[in-house]
Amino acid sequence: MGVGGFFTSKLDEAIGWARKYSIFQYPFVTACCGMEYMATACSHYDVDRFGAGLPRFSPRQADVLFVVGTISHKMAPVLKRIYDQMCEPKWVVAFGVCTCTGGFYNNYATVQGIDTIIPVDVYIPGCPPRPESVIDGLMKLQDKIAAGAQRF
Amino acid sequence: MTDKREVGMSDPRTTTELFLGEGPGVTDAKSNHMFVNLGPAHPAMHGIIRIFAELDGETVVKADVEIGYLHRAFEKDCEVGPYNNAIPYTDRLNYVSPLINNFGYASAVEKLLGIDVTDRCKYIRVIMSEISRICDHLTCVGASAMELGAFTVFLYMIKAREFLWELVEEVTGARLTISYGRVGGVKADLPAGFHEKVKKAFAEVRQVLEETHTLVTGNRIFMDRMVGVGAISGPEAVAWGITGPFLRGSGVNYDVRKAQPYWAYDRMQFEVPLGKNGDNFDRFLVRMAEMEQSMRIAEQGLEGLPGGSIQVDWEGKAIDPAAYVDRGKQGKTEGLLLVPIQLSPNLQGQGRDAQRRVNADDKQVVLPPKETTYGSIEGLMNHFMLVMDGFGIRPPAGEAYVPVEGANGELGFYVVSDGTDRPYRVRCRPPCLPPVAALPRMIEGQMVADIIPTFGSVNMIGGELDR
Amino acid sequence: MDGGAIVARLKTRLGARVTETHAHRGDHTAVVTREAIVEALTYLRDEPDLRFDLLSDLTAVDYLRYPGREDGPRFDVVYHLYSIPHRHRVRLRVPVEQDDPVVPTITTLWPIANWLEREVWDMFGIRFHGHPDLRRLLLYEEFQGHPLRKDYPIERRQPLIGPNV
Repeated sequence: MGVGGFFTSKLDEAIGWARKYSIFQYPFVTACCGMEYMATACSHYDVDRFGAGLPRFSPRQADVLFVVGTISHKMAPVLKRIYDQMCEPKWVVAFGVCTCTGGFYNNYATVQGIDTIIPVDVYIPGCPPRPESVIDGLMKLQDKIAAGAQRF
Repeated sequence: MTDKREVGMSDPRTTTELFLGEGPGVTDAKSNHMFVNLGPAHPAMHGIIRIFAELDGETVVKADVEIGYLHRAFEKDCEVGPYNNAIPYTDRLNYVSPLINNFGYASAVEKLLGIDVTDRCKYIRVIMSEISRICDHLTCVGASAMELGAFTVFLYMIKAREFLWELVEEVTGARLTISYGRVGGVKADLPAGFHEKVKKAFAEVRQVLEETHTLVTGNRIFMDRMVGVGAISGPEAVAWGITGPFLRGSGVNYDVRKAQPYWAYDRMQFEVPLGKNGDNFDRFLVRMAEMEQSMRIAEQGLEGLPGGSIQVDWEGKAIDPAAYVDRGKQGKTEGLLLVPIQLSPNLQGQGRDAQRRVNADDKQVVLPPKETTYGSIEGLMNHFMLVMDGFGIRPPAGEAYVPVEGANGELGFYVVSDGTDRPYRVRCRPPCLPPVAALPRMIEGQMVADIIPTFGSVNMIGGELDR
Repeated sequence: MDGGAIVARLKTRLGARVTETHAHRGDHTAVVTREAIVEALTYLRDEPDLRFDLLSDLTAVDYLRYPGREDGPRFDVVYHLYSIPHRHRVRLRVPVEQDDPVVPTITTLWPIANWLEREVWDMFGIRFHGHPDLRRLLLYEEFQGHPLRKDYPIERRQPLIGPNV
């Protein structure tokens, strides 16, 4: 590799640094976790200091899909379509235990974890997760974004 | 564009005919109307709902609302476990004011059992319900202001809500899904010093309401977007089954707390604010005024709390727990075991005095206090019988309907029991279903941009609507 | 007005079509035949000293596993009414057989009944005769079965839906 490898890895790091501090999330809010999402995004537990303060309400303009709240079978095709509409590079955060595994809703109406439909990068369990957990998950996501080989 | 029909639509036209107005199925002259689909994933953060609007330019000609995207089988899940197991499911109904749901369900089961809770428990239920109601109104007004562009109002209101959530966390242990109510009482008593904390939090909330009034109430833009929009008359709202601040905005004075008082509401002084025109602006003003009235009720409740303060009667002096631990670590252990320790009641939880004050005195419904459980064989057997499968709370066969005033209106719980320890049927009458059902009627004739403030003032909560 | 008096007025008006009245824990209930339900509700809504102007709730109960009602009619459609001017409540029930689950609609009396009846159709499979638009409310059209029936197990999985299935 030699010198060429050094420059590409430095470039990767720089782009990774830029990408992790400019997260445009698409908050796919469905249920109770949305309240904790709002609390995390607002002044007390600000996520703007991580660069993730601007929610883009269109999947075409977003790079992180925060799936917040229970996904039912009626909603699942919509979630898949939204995920397909996002452009690469994209990441998915499963916020709340309903999106991780279905939560305590083991019934005919609830998808038992969104990783049955779309690939998930970070799981934030909790019902609903405290804002501190959310920020911890966000920081793990940032580590993941920065660590990967950056394609563009 | 495929010709596959959209899921859930009863319209027989194909997608091409519907959206482009072209094709063999289009026969009427309204073929230049446009069909716009708002949702189910859309930025109005109240929840997932689909509004399918037929537009003539900017005006909405017809609309169809589709719900059910958050159906989580609440009513079926409640039949699976014993009566107290349904409490976490009720938390997630109206998740912005979960305490009201908990207590409403517990009241319905208590009515089936024919028991009455203690006075102190009634006051605690009133205080916590009012705090929950303020949280709900803050979220509703904040979110609908944000959708109109007033982002600062949203940030201020969520800040105020954080102060209230800290109070809720002091009492119940959690911020949002609290599972605090129990059949026969509540989980534990209020902590020491709660009254002062509430005073401080309410001072912050009042300041935020002041600031909101200066920001939006007289604001030209806000008023232009809200006044005269989404109007519905009183009798029509009643025909649509609408209750709560929505109905009171149209001038009809129906508040379950005044009409059929429950818990301790008959001992509280408060007013019920009413609107006049039934438009969005009146509903906004009604919600702002109701927050002030809720604070008034909670303050009266705390002042009149029966049973006095929560200090446990011990002989001898009480010592601060931190000092106790420090003394032990320094090796000064003589006499430590004799010193009475006063922990926060909701950590200690099930001590005999704390239990008896807030739970009904009925052995077949309420878990015995820990001193009795671990100290006597009768207490142990009582605890075992209440928790074992097939035993536990078994109301006699019958049915009961209890309406409470939720943040959106009459929240009713209809519980049918067959004599076993599982509920046979639990039905939640959702207060936000009627306004959402009436939404097409309210937005017809208005412009597309008027859908947003109208939908915001409906305060649709997905957990409650779709259950 | 006292709940017993309301139910007595209804019984006077409808006669034998009110098959049973009872009051459990203070909730006065009248069991009405399905042919008489529209007339009963119209009477309760329009009579001046009854004035039940708010249809509080319209739901159903499946009595398949209820001890004591195994051979009776399987479903009961339950109506909860409230009067805002007079502040009284009443409950009406209509027994419905399993092989003929049809009840006349009351959409003409209260517009909210449109959605409430759609929900009962969705969850129980009880049809409402004369309903303008009886389709599922909370579940999707491809859903098979009526989940709140007692013979529908809660963890039953459904065939997948979506554009690529």
